[in-house]
Amino acid sequence: MTGDPSRFIPHTEEDIREMLAAIGVESIDALFACVPDKLRLNRLLDLPAAASEQEVVRELSALAARNSHAEAQPWFLGGGIYAHYLPAAVHALASRAEFYTAYTPYQPEISQGTLQTIFEWQTMVCALTGLEVSNASLYDGASATAEAVLLAMRATRRERIVVAHGLHPHYGDVLRTYLRALAVDIEWLPRDPDGRSVPVAPAIDDATACVVVQSPSFLGPAQDLRAAAEAAHARGALLIVVVTEPLSLALFQAPGALGADVVCGEAQGFGVPMSLGGPALGFLATRDRFVRQLPGRLVGETVDTRGRRGYVLTLSTREQHIRREKATSNICTNQGLCLLYATIYLSLLGRVGLRKLARLNYAKAEYLKRRVRETPGLSLPLAAPGFNEFVVGVPDSAAAALARAREAGIVGGLDLAPYEPELGPALLVCATELASRASIDELVARLADVDGPVPGAAP
Amino acid sequence: MTDPRDDLGPERVGHATRGLTWEEPLLFERSVRGRAGYSLPDLDVPDADPADAFAGDALRDDLPGLPELSEVDVVRHFTRLSTWNAAVDLGLYPLGSCTMKYNPKVNEALARLPGFASAHPLQPAAEAQGFLELAWRLERALAEVSGMDRVTLQPAAGAQGELAGIMMIRAYHEHRGEHRRVVLVPDSAHGTNPASAALNDYRVVSIPSGEDGILHPEAVAQAMTDEVAALMITNPNTLGLFETHIAELCEIVHARGGLVYGDGANLNALLGIARPGDLGIDVMHFNLHKTFSTPHGGGGPGSGPVGVKNLLAPYLPVPMIHRREGSEGVGFSLDYEFPLSIGRLHANFGNVGMFVRAWAYFRSLGPEGLRRCAEMAVLNANYVLAKLRGTWHVPIDRPVMHECVVSDQALAATGVTTLDVAKRLIDYGYHPPTVYFPLIVHGALMIEPTESEPKEGLDRFIAALSAIVTEAHSEPERVRTAPHRTRHGRLDETRAARRPVLRWQPDPPPS
Repeated sequence: MTGDPSRFIPHTEEDIREMLAAIGVESIDALFACVPDKLRLNRLLDLPAAASEQEVVRELSALAARNSHAEAQPWFLGGGIYAHYLPAAVHALASRAEFYTAYTPYQPEISQGTLQTIFEWQTMVCALTGLEVSNASLYDGASATAEAVLLAMRATRRERIVVAHGLHPHYGDVLRTYLRALAVDIEWLPRDPDGRSVPVAPAIDDATACVVVQSPSFLGPAQDLRAAAEAAHARGALLIVVVTEPLSLALFQAPGALGADVVCGEAQGFGVPMSLGGPALGFLATRDRFVRQLPGRLVGETVDTRGRRGYVLTLSTREQHIRREKATSNICTNQGLCLLYATIYLSLLGRVGLRKLARLNYAKAEYLKRRVRETPGLSLPLAAPGFNEFVVGVPDSAAAALARAREAGIVGGLDLAPYEPELGPALLVCATELASRASIDELVARLADVDGPVPGAAP
Repeated sequence: MTDPRDDLGPERVGHATRGLTWEEPLLFERSVRGRAGYSLPDLDVPDADPADAFAGDALRDDLPGLPELSEVDVVRHFTRLSTWNAAVDLGLYPLGSCTMKYNPKVNEALARLPGFASAHPLQPAAEAQGFLELAWRLERALAEVSGMDRVTLQPAAGAQGELAGIMMIRAYHEHRGEHRRVVLVPDSAHGTNPASAALNDYRVVSIPSGEDGILHPEAVAQAMTDEVAALMITNPNTLGLFETHIAELCEIVHARGGLVYGDGANLNALLGIARPGDLGIDVMHFNLHKTFSTPHGGGGPGSGPVGVKNLLAPYLPVPMIHRREGSEGVGFSLDYEFPLSIGRLHANFGNVGMFVRAWAYFRSLGPEGLRRCAEMAVLNANYVLAKLRGTWHVPIDRPVMHECVVSDQALAATGVTTLDVAKRLIDYGYHPPTVYFPLIVHGALMIEPTESEPKEGLDRFIAALSAIVTEAHSEPERVRTAPHRTRHGRLDETRAARRPVLRWQPDPPPS
C-alpha cells in the first residue's frame, strides 16, 4: 500500500487544498492549533506499517488457522456457548449492509427495518419464555443476569439475593462484579447429590429480593422451577430463571408458565456464531408490571402521521440519555446484529422446526448418556435429567481424557476441575445436532481408554 | 409544488425513496400452518422421549408464538426490511459522537473465518493461540494509541467500559483506605457518564463548561475536594472542542488524590496527534465501533476496551492475556493472577468478533493511515462548519476537531425546530445528525462527517442544509411536516409510550 492513497479515505490533494482554503487555514497542521504543542505526540505511533488487503488477509487467516473450531472437528464443548448448525440464509441476510452499517434506530422513519426486527425478536422472546415483555437484548447472558437482579432489587426495594446452585460460574463472577459497590448480601446454595440445587425455600426471607435459578443448570440438570416460584412468591421475592442454552426453551415448559417473574440469559444458541463467546446475545423478559424497571432498549408499536403502523424506541425515560444518573442502567446499545441473527434463525426453524431440533439434541445427548452408562470406567455422577449437556465421570483425569479425545480429533468437553473439584475427574459434555453417532461412539471409547496410547508420547 | 432537491444537480447522492418500496407485514402475520424453513438431518441414534424422564407439566407441547415460514418467505421478509433502513453503505450518516465511518469489507470477511467465528471461549488456550495472539496485539496497539500501560478488551460496549473504569477507580481508592463519594462530570458529557458513576454508588456533581464551551481549571478546582474520586472527561468534548486545559485539569484532580477518567467516544480526532495518557488521563475506554471501524450493527454489538495507567493495572478485570517467551517460543495464556481485580465483566472475553475487525483495521491503516483518519475527520468537520457559518447559528464559534454543533436559533421566527430540520434532511437523502445533544446547546444539531466522506458529498449535504433554511422561511409547513418521501411519515412516539405495545399478539389487547 506504500504510496497508494487510502482506499477508505476519499480526499485528493486538490480536495484538501480547496477545503483548507474554505476554512481559511494554511495547512492540515493548523487545524490542530487548539492542541497545545506540549501535548502533541510529534512522532508516528509505534505500530506496524500498513499492509495491503491481501497481506492483511494472509496474516489474520494465519492467526485464525491456529484456533481449533467446530466446523473442522466433532465438538462436545458447551458450557454456555453452543455449537449449532447455522443455515446459510442466516448469514446471507444478516450480512446485508443495510442492517449492519446502520446504528441505533433514533430516526424511526429511516430505521423501520431494524425496529420491526427488534419488535419481532421481543415477541419471540415472550413466546419462548412465557412472559409479557422483553427488551431489545443485552450484552450477554452474564450481564443480563446481573441486570435482572438489579431489576428485582428496584422492584422489591430489597437487597438480599439467593442464588440456587448451578448458575454458570462466570455469571456468578459477573454478578459479584456488578454488585460490588452496593451493600448486597448474596447467599449461594449448595448442590443436591442428584445435581440440582438444594431447595431454595429455606434460604428465602422477607428481605430477599429475588431467587436466581439457572435451568438447565451449569452442570446440566433441569431444576424445579415451580417449587422455586412458590417459595419465592410466598415471601414476596421474585424468581429469576437463567437460561444459557436457549434451545432448551423449545423442549421445556416456558418458565413464565411455571411462575418465573424474570427470564434472562444467553441466546447465542439461536444461530449466532460462537465467535469465542462474543458478540453474544443477552436476553431479558419479565411481566408487564415491571416494564418501567427494565434496563436497555425497548421497541413499541405506534402509527405515523398517515395512520400507518410503525415502530419506535420507547419508554426511554428509563434510560441514561434522558435520566442520566437516575437511569435504570447505563446501557445505551443492544446487540442489534446478534438479535437479527437469532430472529432470522427462529423464523426459519419456526414453531415446528425448533421443537424438532430440540428433540434431536435431546436424543443425541440421551444416546451419549446411554453409551457412557454402558462403558466401564465412565460414569454419570448426577442423576437428575437435563437437556443436551451433562457431567461424565472419567477414570483417570479430565485432562488426560480430553487429550485422548483430541488425539482422535475430537473436542471432548469441559474439564470441571476448576469449577466443581468435588466431582472428581469429570467433564461437562454437550451433544447437539452436530454430533454424529460415530463421533459419539468414538468420544466414549477415547474417554474410557486409559490403556490406549499416551497422547503426545513417541510411538 | 417544486422540490428544491431538484436544484441540487443530477449527481446528488442518497435519494431517499423514489423507487420501489415494499410492503411487509410482521413475521407472525405471514405465518402459514405447515410451512417450513428448516432442513434437519435424520436421527442416526435411537429416539428418546423426554416424557420418560420428566413429569408432563415440565415439558412444552407446542410453540404457537413462533411463525411457520418457508425459506423464501424468510429471505423476502428480511431483505425487504433491510430496504427500510438508512445505513453507512447507503450514504452520509453524520451522527455526532457516534463516528459512523466506513466499515471495511475485509474486516467482515476475516471475522467470518471459521477459526474465529466457530471457535469456542472455553477451548484450551493451547488451541486458541491465534485468538490470544490477536487479542494481545490489539491490546498493545490500543495502549500505544492511547498512551496507556495496560488494556482490557472485556467490556462489551463503551458503557460497560465506563462501568469497568469507574469500578477500578473505586477499587483503587478503597484499597488505599479512602471512601470517596463523588464523581465530577461536565455538563456537556454523555448520559452514560453520570449513569455509570451512579451504578457505582457515587454522587454525581455536574461541572459547568465555560462560555467558550470547554472546561476551565477554576470550575474544576472549585468542585475538587478530598471526597472526589474522579473527574470524567470527554476530549475532544461533545461540542467537538479540544479541552485545551486538559493537563492542568488533570493536575488539579491528581493533587487532591483523585483520578481522571477519559471517555474515548471522540478518540478519532486524536489518532496519532495526541494521546490521552500523555495528557494526564488515568483510565479510558475505547469504542471499537466508532474509532476502529467495527460496524454499529443496528445498535450493537459494540466493543468497549479500557486502557489504564499502571497505578490501576492491579484492578483490571480478569482474565488478562499473558505473553510468555520461553525455550519453545512465544506463547499466550490467560492470566487470573490479579488478586485486587474488580472481577469479571463478561461471561467470556468480550466481543471477540469486533477484536478481529479492529485488528484488521489497524493492519490496513498503520500509523500513518490512523493519523490520516484524524486529519481528514477534522478537516471535514471544519469544512462543514465553515460552510454553514452564516446560514446557521453556531453557538460556540471556534475551530473544532471531529464534529461541529449548530443550533436552530436562527430559525426561531419560522417555527421550524431542530427536529423538523432533522426530518426534512431525510427527504434529501441524509441520515440526520445527532439532535438536541449536547444538552447545553438549545436545539443542537451535532454533525460528525468522519473521514469517510468526500468533499463533493459534504457539499451536497451543506447544500441540503442551506436549502432547508430557505424552505423554513418560504414553506415552513413543508419542513414541519417532514419527512415526505419516506415510507413512513413522522411516528407518534407519545402514543407508543402512553400505551406500550411491545410485542405482537394475535388479538388486539383489551383497551
